[in-house]
Amino acid sequence: MLAVDIRKRRGEFSLEARFTAATPGVTALFGRSGCGKSTLIALIAGLLQPDAGRLTLGDDLLVDLDRGVCIDARHRRIGVVFQDARLFPHLDVLGNLLYGARRVPRDVPVHFGRDDVIGLLGLESLLARRPHQLSGGEKQRVAMGRALLSQPRLLLLDEPLASLDLARREEVLPYLEKLRDQFSIPIVYVSHQFEEVLRLANHVVLLDGGRVVADGDIGTVSRDPRLRAIVGADAVGAVLAGEVLRHASGLAVLRVGDAELAVETSAVGPGQRMQIQVLARDVIIATEAPRGLSVRNVVPARIVSVTPDSGRAVLVELDIGRAATLLARITDRAADELALRPGKPVWALIKAVSLRGHVFTAPAH
Amino acid sequence: MSAAETDALWLSLSVAARSVAFNLPFAILVAWLLTRARFAGRTLFDAFVHLPLVLPPVVVGYLLLVLFGVRGPVGGWLNDTFGIRLAFTSTGAALATAVMSFPLVVRAIRISLENVDRGLEDAARTLGAGPIDRFVSITLPLILPGVLAGAVTAFAAGLGEFGAVITFASNIPGETRTLPLALYTALQTPDGDALAARLAMISLSLGLAGLLVSEWVSRVLRRRMGR
Repeated sequence: MLAVDIRKRRGEFSLEARFTAATPGVTALFGRSGCGKSTLIALIAGLLQPDAGRLTLGDDLLVDLDRGVCIDARHRRIGVVFQDARLFPHLDVLGNLLYGARRVPRDVPVHFGRDDVIGLLGLESLLARRPHQLSGGEKQRVAMGRALLSQPRLLLLDEPLASLDLARREEVLPYLEKLRDQFSIPIVYVSHQFEEVLRLANHVVLLDGGRVVADGDIGTVSRDPRLRAIVGADAVGAVLAGEVLRHASGLAVLRVGDAELAVETSAVGPGQRMQIQVLARDVIIATEAPRGLSVRNVVPARIVSVTPDSGRAVLVELDIGRAATLLARITDRAADELALRPGKPVWALIKAVSLRGHVFTAPAH
Repeated sequence: MSAAETDALWLSLSVAARSVAFNLPFAILVAWLLTRARFAGRTLFDAFVHLPLVLPPVVVGYLLLVLFGVRGPVGGWLNDTFGIRLAFTSTGAALATAVMSFPLVVRAIRISLENVDRGLEDAARTLGAGPIDRFVSITLPLILPGVLAGAVTAFAAGLGEFGAVITFASNIPGETRTLPLALYTALQTPDGDALAARLAMISLSLGLAGLLVSEWVSRVLRRRMGR
């Protein structure tokens, strides 16, 4: 487990962060640009020294300024993948990959074998190339491989997709998923794109103005009003975990709470775990069981709360059983006309094509 | 070519090569200090390093004579301890040449150093490289084009150093009479015009070749790094 409790002042900006990241697993550091994500990464990696605080990784103390401890970055065994890849231009891909591998202390066990890493990241055909001959996505894959081969205990990914266009992102994301699913290494993933977080992380630390404003599993944080302040009203939506029951003709049926939800997705097998987001603006509320609709998902629910949202909208929280809740964003007039109150039984209507789902596979140990 | 011409040519090449060899380690260190280190008197140090650019070469030669002459504080010690004499020797000529071209080399390396992406050194640090390791495995290869360009320019300039050499090392045939000194001597000699012209042609060709090699080397290196 990574336990962070550090403070750092840089000119006008001050960062004060306290959170823990479970290992293994992917913890997302999420926030707007300039919220202190990159400073935090530099502090964890050891490239910056905090003004005060403590940092531990597993049983190892990395920073404790009260006791005068601050381990240098090169001894922390924390792999970093930077936004701009930072491949060494005078070395070819293999030289870059082996740079860290050659500097691993002798007493450190090799968890990530050279051939495994090269195979997983699909780097076989790139080994003799120079960094300037690689595409942006390829550069990031090499940077990931280089970090892994230094046998780190923790991998920090600092917005690895931010400098890539949409097509390149889609090309790199599957490798990040493979990395998460096939290597049991804790990952801290920095991003300002919630879509990436949804796809990769199970734990979210929300940063705003240099402070941790929310910290918890992605489902809880997805319903936190402070996330809404960052992503905007349109991107608000509950993130839910579900188990695949069956998959047929492009639709997977998941068990989420007491409900069964149909999600449009490529082939997945029964028993697989998926993380889905139900955007609040995509949920329709009905007070009677509807009939004759194209919508695939009609879920019985009970209203938990009705809270005012921006403008003339309200945010309705809906209980769908087993502690799973949905968010629905509707106009205040609709809420009035339907007399929506906490405790009232309703139906939530969600189109299967409006759901975004991503498969999570348990790491192979 | 006559024996005097080949002597002067070889001597010039040897003096220039040795001057570059003297120069490089110090120039890299000084360039590093000037770009990376923060210390009191940095501006003064910077100005001191660039002095040979603005001082008359004769003054540099004179100062060297005062310091490194057989009775000078450094020269006397070298002579007494190791039996090394610099004044009026070809090694002394190389030293004078090195001092004159030092600012050129420092400047070339410094520009390269300023262009090195510090992020790459940070990346190397997270991959387990210590400070000296980072300098040797990352920084030095990245500034290599600047180092080589500086070295070649210093070599080409060193072939023609006159004032500092003649003041500190004198004009001894076969020992310190390099191309420009030989040319000067030829001009002072009756019927030396033809010799002077040939020596001038040799100097010209050497200088041109040096500059072309410098350009070619840095182009090759840049291409390898994709810039």
